[in-house]
Amino acid sequence: MNRIVRAMLGRLAGMALVLVIVATVVFVIVRVTPGDPAAVMLGSDATPQDIADLRSRMGLDAPLIVQYGQFMLGLLRGDLGQSIFLGQSVGQALLARAEPTFFLTLFSILIACAIALPVGVLSAVKRGTVFDQIVVTLTMIASSVPSFWLGLMLIQVFAVSMGLFPASGYGGPDSGFFERLQHLVLPAVALGVVNSALITRFTRAAMLDVLGDDYVRTARAKGATERRVVLKHALRNALVPIITVIGLSVAMLVAGAVVTETVFGLPGIGNLVVSAVLRRDYPVIQGTLLVVAAIYVLINFVVDMLYILVDPRVRL
Amino acid sequence: MNEPILSVQNLTTAFRTSEGWREVVRDISFDIHAGETLAVVGESGSGKSVTALSAMRLLPKDKARSTGRILLEGRDLLTLPEHQMRAVRGGRIGMIFQEPMTSLNPVFTIGNQLAEALVLHRDMSWKQAEAEALRLMERVRIPSAGTRLHEYPHKFSGGMRQRVMIAMALACKPRLLIADEPTTALDVTIQAEILSLIAELQREENMAVLFITHDMGVVAEVADRTVVMYRGDMIETGDTPQLFAAPGQPYTRALLASIPRLGAMAGSVTPRRFPQVDAATGVATEGAQLPPPPSATQPVVKVSNLSIRFDLPQGRVHAVEDVSFDLHPGETLALVGESGCGKSTTGRAIMRLNTPSAGEILVGGQNVAKARPAELRALRRSAQMIFQDPFASLNPRISVGAAILEPILTHGLLPKPAARERVSQLLEQVGLSPDMATRFPHEFSGGQRQRISIARALALDPQFIVADEAVSALDVSVKAQVSNLLMDLQAQRGLAYLFISHDMSVVERISHRVAVMYFGEIVEIGPRAAIFGNAQHPYTRRLIAAVPVPDPAQRGTRPAPPAVEPRSPIRPLDYVPPKRRYREITPGHFVMDEAAA
Repeated sequence: MNRIVRAMLGRLAGMALVLVIVATVVFVIVRVTPGDPAAVMLGSDATPQDIADLRSRMGLDAPLIVQYGQFMLGLLRGDLGQSIFLGQSVGQALLARAEPTFFLTLFSILIACAIALPVGVLSAVKRGTVFDQIVVTLTMIASSVPSFWLGLMLIQVFAVSMGLFPASGYGGPDSGFFERLQHLVLPAVALGVVNSALITRFTRAAMLDVLGDDYVRTARAKGATERRVVLKHALRNALVPIITVIGLSVAMLVAGAVVTETVFGLPGIGNLVVSAVLRRDYPVIQGTLLVVAAIYVLINFVVDMLYILVDPRVRL
Repeated sequence: MNEPILSVQNLTTAFRTSEGWREVVRDISFDIHAGETLAVVGESGSGKSVTALSAMRLLPKDKARSTGRILLEGRDLLTLPEHQMRAVRGGRIGMIFQEPMTSLNPVFTIGNQLAEALVLHRDMSWKQAEAEALRLMERVRIPSAGTRLHEYPHKFSGGMRQRVMIAMALACKPRLLIADEPTTALDVTIQAEILSLIAELQREENMAVLFITHDMGVVAEVADRTVVMYRGDMIETGDTPQLFAAPGQPYTRALLASIPRLGAMAGSVTPRRFPQVDAATGVATEGAQLPPPPSATQPVVKVSNLSIRFDLPQGRVHAVEDVSFDLHPGETLALVGESGCGKSTTGRAIMRLNTPSAGEILVGGQNVAKARPAELRALRRSAQMIFQDPFASLNPRISVGAAILEPILTHGLLPKPAARERVSQLLEQVGLSPDMATRFPHEFSGGQRQRISIARALALDPQFIVADEAVSALDVSVKAQVSNLLMDLQAQRGLAYLFISHDMSVVERISHRVAVMYFGEIVEIGPRAAIFGNAQHPYTRRLIAAVPVPDPAQRGTRPAPPAVEPRSPIRPLDYVPPKRRYREITPGHFVMDEAAA
């Protein structure tokens, strides 16, 4: 356990550094955008007085170094700034939209793994059989299907024709938790299926790799059942690349929320970003970028920790 | 005699290939009785491992099929249902493999893997099994077994891992132990320990042992009876002493004649070629003595007080510590010692493939570490390297001719047409035909590839070559041929070799001088005859004594090797190695002063 604690502390320090760099980059990007952000935000019919007001509200009239200091200090307090249009803080805006994004990502990746792990393992064990060939073909097709197209098809069949699930949106303001979650079923299935293709392929390849290893032969020579050989001795060794690709998939799902949430009309973080960009709500863009970057870093951290748990040889 | 434990009758195993079924083992029959050791010996591709895997039914069902009968205590394993076969594997037959480094599962503790075998066959709870696992580890003499039980395989040395494999194979008191090249990957001192451990456990349990090996020395040490295999056929079988004394078949005679024998060089000052063996008759003609090297003026390589250290989170490894030696034109200096002793690290430092922490390396008077890019290019011309693995050291996508051509063109030595001409000459010199230049590495055997590597090293007409275990991976007859080639090239070109090897019997043939390394230091250096005939340092003696003697008559006459506790090479960061002093025994023969150690 000592090994894990030490690695965790090292990684956490690294994460903090990455986040400081990300925050600095975000700060710079907003400042080097051509034109005066205040003027750009307010549009062409703003008076110079309006612009000057907004500039001082955003702190843009202070020297750059002071602005940077204030920005970073704010971050330390968890203050991401004020939205220009929403009348709430960026933090509040993000929190209010976090639920659909979080659950959509969670369900998608669970569905993807539920499909990919058994199918990938079985496909490797039955390498070269008809089953394996079907799996290889299907994963190729599934990975070339855009998730929004699959989503639209699912909506057509299960929402429009059969009426089993809602077609779009996230329920009204007073709908219950489970009612809201119902809205996520079709998008999660669409994303899950598309993401399962890549994970299946990685699982299959990783398993094929380790099934030829010497210790797998040792396990068989010990008299272990084939089930035990595959699920205990081989799979555990194949997990490192599988965890890597699952981590990547989660990260892609978060980043892809911009598209999916637009297609399915979900009021999540992706949706927030899109509207913020359209309205040039710089603090919101800035805050969301930071939060998404933080999520990326967090996913990487979790993946690294899983490596250590899975493989005793890993040193970070 | 009573019923044999294992009786293999007319076993034929075929593999599925694109051209249909191809027989890789044909019509093999042998018996092994309780308490007996049968060796199956042969070169690579002879089908000896396939025979063992057929008996365990560990070959993939869709790609291999076996016919004949394999009777274990009267039951035919080839017709046994799979669930009964599982009870045989690990229960009635234990098996250990060649590669201890990869044969244990890296993600489970040693204790878990040992206990698993017990839980599978002996109806134990995991708790009982762990207690028994501890007992097994003590039985194979793993030090501090109690704590090591909870460690993972990567913390174990190769020898210790093979002990774990033996413990695992013997966990359920099998009637038969199949040992597939169990010591091939191990150092010779460790090999001696493992062999005596297997023999001891066999006596206690009255087990039958099927011992698969390519090493006739090991056969002579362990086997009661021997089966000789060649390209899937059983060539000859018989009691080991008889087989060694009066081999019936030419192939067996050839195999026995090609074994490098330690002590064959007594009384000879310069290296001598390996005997030439006629494959058809098995008759050997003793190799010619090589002329002495030209009396040296300037050393081509001068290594002074070389130290190479690596820092790890746990401490510092003194991979090479205060090593000094000269290498003269036309001379072979062998660097011997077991894995991890720093011999390859030293060789790589001379090629500037790593960075020394201290000391100086002069190649042709030029300081290697301080060479500027242009000087380094010149250095690289005069110094070449040949590696151990002929399969990994040639790029599979580059034709052999292009691989040899590349260094010539890179250094701009010759225009392209002349360079091609040179490639043809080089291929001829290493005993290959010039029209092979257009072929790719996978079309060649291991020995041919090593010849190609030598041709590539010669392309720049170097002054010296670092040969890092250059013949270690080759079959015994090929090993002799390639060693002879190296000696011929040396005589023709006045090449100097730094011959890095753990194989003492090859070293005895090929070298003028020998340096023995142990934990990063040279413990003894001197003329070859002095090192082999008058070894002074205890480690040198242990190293020479551990080499198996290919003579069954001498079995048991040598004392069992003392089990030496493996020492950790990792030192604290502030460790200052003591300054060593050397005593000169005879001119040029130095031994580290143990009193100062």
